[in-house]
Amino acid sequence: MRFPSRPATIAAVAAVAALALTSCGTGAPEGGGTVTLTIAANAISGGKNSESADWIKRWVIPEFEKTHQNVKVLFQPSGVDDEQYKTKIALDLKAKAGADVIDLDGIWVGEFAQAGYVKPLAEVGGAAVESWEGWSQIPQAVQGLGIFDGKKYGLPQGTDGRVLYYNKALFRKAGLPEEWNPSGWQEIIDAGVKLKAAGVPTPIQINAGTAMGEATTMQGVLPLLAGAGAEIYSQDKWTGASQALKDVLGFYQRIYGGSGLGDPKLQQEAKGRDKSFARFAEGEIAILAEGDYFWRSVIEPAAGVAPMKDRDQVVGYTKIPAKEPGAGIRGQDHTSMSGGAVRVLNPFSKNPRLAWELLAFMHSADATTSQLAGQVRISSRTDVNDEVLAGDPMLRYVADEVLPITAFRPGLAIYPQVSVLLQEATAEVVAGGSAEEAAAAYQAKLEGLVGGAANVSG
Amino acid sequence: MIRHVIGRLTATAVIAVALAFFALPMLWLAAAPFDATPSITTSVPEFTLGNFAAILDNPYALGSIRNSIIQGGGAAALVVVLAALAAYALSRVRVPGRDALLYLLLLLSSVVTGTAAMVPVFELATRLDLVDTHLGVILVVSGGLLPAAIFILKDFMDETPTSYEESARVFGASPLQILRHIVVPLVRPGLATIAVWALASVWGGFLFQFILLRDPGKAPGSVILYTLYTEGGAPRLDLISTFSLLYSLPVVAMYLFVSKRYGFRFHGGIKR
Amino acid sequence: MARPTSAGDAGGDAAGLGRGRAVAFVLPALALVGVFLVFPALWTIYLGLTDYRLTGLAAAEPRVVGLDNYTGALADPEFLRSLWLTLGYVGGSAIVGQAGLGFTLAWILRTRRGRLRGLVEGVVLLSWILPSTVVGFLWFALLDRDDGTLNALLGTPGLGWLLDHPLLSIIVFNVWRGTAFSMMLYAAALENVPPSHLETARLAGASVPQQLRDVVFPLIRRHVLTNLLLISLWTFNDFTPFVLTGGGPEGRSEILPIYVYDVALRGGELGAGAAVSFLILLINLVIALAYLRLLRGRRREAVHDAAAKGPPA
Repeated sequence: MRFPSRPATIAAVAAVAALALTSCGTGAPEGGGTVTLTIAANAISGGKNSESADWIKRWVIPEFEKTHQNVKVLFQPSGVDDEQYKTKIALDLKAKAGADVIDLDGIWVGEFAQAGYVKPLAEVGGAAVESWEGWSQIPQAVQGLGIFDGKKYGLPQGTDGRVLYYNKALFRKAGLPEEWNPSGWQEIIDAGVKLKAAGVPTPIQINAGTAMGEATTMQGVLPLLAGAGAEIYSQDKWTGASQALKDVLGFYQRIYGGSGLGDPKLQQEAKGRDKSFARFAEGEIAILAEGDYFWRSVIEPAAGVAPMKDRDQVVGYTKIPAKEPGAGIRGQDHTSMSGGAVRVLNPFSKNPRLAWELLAFMHSADATTSQLAGQVRISSRTDVNDEVLAGDPMLRYVADEVLPITAFRPGLAIYPQVSVLLQEATAEVVAGGSAEEAAAAYQAKLEGLVGGAANVSG
Repeated sequence: MIRHVIGRLTATAVIAVALAFFALPMLWLAAAPFDATPSITTSVPEFTLGNFAAILDNPYALGSIRNSIIQGGGAAALVVVLAALAAYALSRVRVPGRDALLYLLLLLSSVVTGTAAMVPVFELATRLDLVDTHLGVILVVSGGLLPAAIFILKDFMDETPTSYEESARVFGASPLQILRHIVVPLVRPGLATIAVWALASVWGGFLFQFILLRDPGKAPGSVILYTLYTEGGAPRLDLISTFSLLYSLPVVAMYLFVSKRYGFRFHGGIKR
Repeated sequence: MARPTSAGDAGGDAAGLGRGRAVAFVLPALALVGVFLVFPALWTIYLGLTDYRLTGLAAAEPRVVGLDNYTGALADPEFLRSLWLTLGYVGGSAIVGQAGLGFTLAWILRTRRGRLRGLVEGVVLLSWILPSTVVGFLWFALLDRDDGTLNALLGTPGLGWLLDHPLLSIIVFNVWRGTAFSMMLYAAALENVPPSHLETARLAGASVPQQLRDVVFPLIRRHVLTNLLLISLWTFNDFTPFVLTGGGPEGRSEILPIYVYDVALRGGELGAGAAVSFLILLINLVIALAYLRLLRGRRREAVHDAAAKGPPA
């Protein structure tokens, strides 16, 4: 069955389909042929990701219902820790229930696919999927967020990139240039030493330890590892205690191992990351590795968590340098890491084709522009980015300069545990251990986790 | 005599220290909701009621307290009634192996209230069509609370004298009548205490409420409290402190009501 | 049936319940517990024998792996560390802290009436009934390194209580949290101690510790054991410290319930998490058996007591 794209026809087909279902008596939508579709997202009005929740309720649902007369769209908000949301969605899909269109972190796609919880979009949504206009607007790298084993499972919502933020006022005080472009790790350390001498309490904050969770891996270990020339998973092997990993841990040791360049205690605190935000905003931290989220939601002058009124004047940003020029993966001079959310179709949906209509609608240019609603962030669509990012040089910078050199995490079920091992290795260094010891302990635990030395490289 | 004075002084000192120890952590709850810029520091607030207006703007906040009352109240009522019946029977009639059975249930309850049981509990609820219902939450949490409730109440009923029951029986009262008119009044403070304990346990529970419910219009306060964070996981302290205060009030009110009306303790009115 | 009985022995049937009615009284509770407790618990124990995961390949096709999860846990240094931490946590916060402070308060307050007693009982009980989600924030505000109230009061800015003394912090926290139950139970128990006995002992020159040992303890022994049994079990399975320290720093306050959360929910290894849950049950069983041995000792004495006191008034 080919699926027509004119709204009126769709509605008619939907109504017929609904009637057919009613007569079959399987999962019949009630109420005179009305079909119900549900959207689930880790967002809730008045709480976490409030803007997205409001967008779905105030824009997506009314606009979609306008063109789909017999469709009722419901929103099922959450708004909790990502792990808890993931658990809930997994339980739903395991029970072959749950919402029709579901928000997932891109990193979960692989494990959900392996578990049989999600199916390739074309398998669920039909032929309309491949002919969707939006594919041409989404850069290949960003599409990768929703791809597992070469198949498209989800539509990416947007992406992000990681950079080094620095406080220009503190740099000036320390006699450092306000336009700072470090070309290697040594230059970061050198700047840190000068900042320390100029009285900055915590010159450098590179997230470490287990309390920071994934923020340690994404903002710290992985971009650094890429800068030492290695990816955490490549050619079916996990990176063990290789020279690259030892270099990364060595870098941590130079910051936290008694030099006073970083604050080891901050890495251990349960709310350490929040505090790092506040301290940067207060001018107590000079250099901080963070995602663009930090720019648009933390130090954002009006509504940020730790607003900086003079953000645009005081805060500089620069790409994270590789260990030395050219030492990064693919021979790069700089590195970054990216992630992002995707939306998938529930393979157990009672109205899969209509669900695809809704999903595609949520990723149309209009919808994407409306979702951004004045806030600036990097969407998945080039056409929208061209328009929206013009207003924010920082995000323009991430889109133009950082995304081309970025890398993504492997979407495998075991990745979160490998990530924890990496966090533990940095924790050991922060607590005063040597890089060598931490790397050896990591190697041993990694072999136990991934099933032996055969699956570990380095 | 000196020993007595020293004893008195020590006792008074212990009371003073205990008062400070127990009251100190609660200061934040008294101060932060009224503070325009709350932080985790307890400080004299820059007084405002704006935080209350902000929390009332949250579409789920007030409803979630109602949901907590439904789920907590439902579970408390169910636990008290079922536990009282069971504890009475187990206390008065010798059932072989009852102590071992109670211990075993108590131990199993610790498995089921842990994280590892979430898949079995969820699948069970799915098959019984209890997902996204208040009843599902009530039944699941009650199952976890009952063993301890029966255990405590049985102990408590063991302590009450049986002579009144015997006299009532002589006058022809039925076992249910005896339970209702003689035993319940005797153990009322204990029942009230168990009710508040059950309510308070359900009130703070998060994991099962979260995985069993879908519609945020049914979510209890403990779940909504966890949504008052920003995208990056930073707590919105203005909302959290204010909501914490509002959300604690019903439990405190129930405690005050119960302790005034029935007494809040594990011993009855008559001692043998 | 003519024999007047003390209900604690429950040899008789004062209300004329009979076996049939007794079963009918127990049945509703048993049914609920059977469906919503025993069934999922047994299922969880079964999962402990598989490599089941929440997601990934092992979610689609879990395999039975026998005792691998158990041997894996017992060989995991993090599990063993967690076990020792938990024993310290239970011993420090429940057995010494809650029971000790609870008894002390009950003992001191037993002779007092009026406002002060109401006030003390009020704050102690309030800390027991406040929602666990809320108390985490309260203690966080108290103990925080930079802005904590405690550091402000003590004039020790920058002292990281939760970082330098994580286990001690959660022990003190749990004493605060759970003392109410012990206090109430001991208050009830002390009602059973006739003031005349104490008076006699005091006139005979017994010090307070002697009075407690020789007069009070034998009479409330049974309450002590009930109390220890329940608070040990509860504390063993207490997840609340998670809000305070998240198990950190670097696992130094990762008691077993948090370890299970890490394994089962964060790591997604539901099979391994279920196995650890069952190990926790077994450890609790050992503790319960130890208490039961003591309870047996109690019974003989209770019979002896009853004989000495004669039939109930």
